[in-house]
Amino acid sequence: MIVFQSMKMAFSSIKSKKLRSFLTMLGIIIGVFALVVLVSLVSGATGSIKSAIDEIGTDMVIVDDETGRGVFSMEYLDELRELPSVDQVAPVVYTVDRLYGPHEEGISIVYGTTMELMSIQGLKVEYGRFIMKPDVDNHTNVVVISNATAVDLLGRENVVGETLSIGGRPYRIIGVLKQSSALANLIMYKYQVYIPITSAVRISDSGSLSAIPEVCFSGVDGDTSAVQQELEEELTNKFGSTEEFYIFNQSEISSAMDKITAALSLLLGGIAAISLLVGGIGIMNIMLVSVTERTREIGIRKAIGARPSIILLQFLIEAMTLSLIGCIIGLILSWLGIQVVNIIGNVDFSISIPVAMVAVIFSSGVGILFGLYPAKKAAAMKPIDALRYN
Amino acid sequence: MIVFRNVSKVYNMGGEQVRALWNANIHIKQGEFVAVVGPSGSGKSTLMNIVGCLDVASSGQYLLDGIPIDRYSEKQLAIVRNKKIGFIFQNFNLIQTMTAEENVELPLIYQGIGKNERKARVREALQKVDLYERRAHTPGQLSGGQQQRVAIARAMASKPSLFLADEPTGNLDQATGAQIMNMFRELHKQGNTIVLITHDDNVAKQAERSIRIMDGIVTETREDRAGS
Repeated sequence: MIVFQSMKMAFSSIKSKKLRSFLTMLGIIIGVFALVVLVSLVSGATGSIKSAIDEIGTDMVIVDDETGRGVFSMEYLDELRELPSVDQVAPVVYTVDRLYGPHEEGISIVYGTTMELMSIQGLKVEYGRFIMKPDVDNHTNVVVISNATAVDLLGRENVVGETLSIGGRPYRIIGVLKQSSALANLIMYKYQVYIPITSAVRISDSGSLSAIPEVCFSGVDGDTSAVQQELEEELTNKFGSTEEFYIFNQSEISSAMDKITAALSLLLGGIAAISLLVGGIGIMNIMLVSVTERTREIGIRKAIGARPSIILLQFLIEAMTLSLIGCIIGLILSWLGIQVVNIIGNVDFSISIPVAMVAVIFSSGVGILFGLYPAKKAAAMKPIDALRYN
Repeated sequence: MIVFRNVSKVYNMGGEQVRALWNANIHIKQGEFVAVVGPSGSGKSTLMNIVGCLDVASSGQYLLDGIPIDRYSEKQLAIVRNKKIGFIFQNFNLIQTMTAEENVELPLIYQGIGKNERKARVREALQKVDLYERRAHTPGQLSGGQQQRVAIARAMASKPSLFLADEPTGNLDQATGAQIMNMFRELHKQGNTIVLITHDDNVAKQAERSIRIMDGIVTETREDRAGS
């Protein structure tokens, strides 16, 4: 009950000095706002970058032939497939060519590959099917196109069965991929099409079935680092030097992203925590002023029987109320701020709940920490001296 | 009721001992109306602080209602002040930011009394000083006499065993002062114990008897002076 009374008194004391209370709270408001918005934005941004990376496939190892002599042949790929850690292998021959659709035309990257690429890269087919073994065996002119290609060049999504011209050659569309996220589109080519590798080598000038420029691998149980290790060993033997090939483990991107996220959150959170601390010092300052101003009141309260612990509690609750109201206002502003970012940036970020909780705990901690000294000072006042104070 | 046995209060000021109160022996019985009279600097404030449990004696014994108030901690003193003593000060000492009602209620909150009883007692006390209609006013909206009546209501609400008034009419004009003194006589008639501290013999005359204090030495005046 005393706590409830102290809260009532704290509220009326804060209300009676609105401007001063607001200015005091401003430190906490800005601190909480900075903490919550910055950390939420960092985790939101890295979250969407990570999911975009997932879309282009993270559980794969890419090897590029840098000799120019042509080392990867289809037969050699069959040998590599036998490596214990390797699950699937897909050759990639790529070329850039002009696409002519009935609606529009555009420059596209054209991948020549086999059916394995679909599961290695985790491609999702929305309509129709992906390239299959007979397509490769028969050198058929069929194509799987990205969603954006279908919409932009052919005017709608489901265009399975229609014809698309790649560099003047007609290709029958057998599949349309799922729409990728806006961010994935940013880091990938807008238009992407996949054709059987046997068909691709006819139009590509940078690869043949005996000189495949790029190979994608997936690992058994998704273990890409084992694949990377085995391939490095095998290819060093084959090429004679590590300089002759380039090997890249795509999962390194996401672990690098995790590190960047953690570092950025810590850095920005740290800066915000410092501003919260400064806000706390502001509270301490104003509480000291308040204790001095209200010396008479403290004296009166003590004379009529307030125990030191009650005076302590009253001022402590006042300091905590200041910082908690500041925290709540800060959280509301953070929410509004993130909505504004969402509208302006056309993104979908939300307040990170753990960070909001950290903000609440931290501000009440700041309130207690910086309220304690002034409250103790008030509680320790001698009633006779306090009553005589003018 | 109130018993001082050789109570002394000695301050150490720059190595020099100042005897603010020296070997005081006082007996005040329950239901008495006693004035403590002395010029300023005579030690009457020290006496009042000790009687009111705002301070403890350096030596000697002080019994309040038979309980020795020796070497009490701040917390214990606060509890005694809360339950046994009703202060009325020269400058009223009401909390400016609180209404009359809240001021009267405050000691009851500190006593831990439940809301319903608190409200009832606040109402009763404010009605007795004829200020219930003005309960929502803050001290700044009340005259000096009204503020002092609120202070008396605050003292009454906690039903103390002792009303301790320190120059209660000092800041009031004569007519208002007389009104306040009437209230003390009324309280006395109802059986309350009142200790009134004053420098004014005319005020002191209205009490049953006077205790004189001069340079820290107390002389108890035994003979009764008719209060009315």
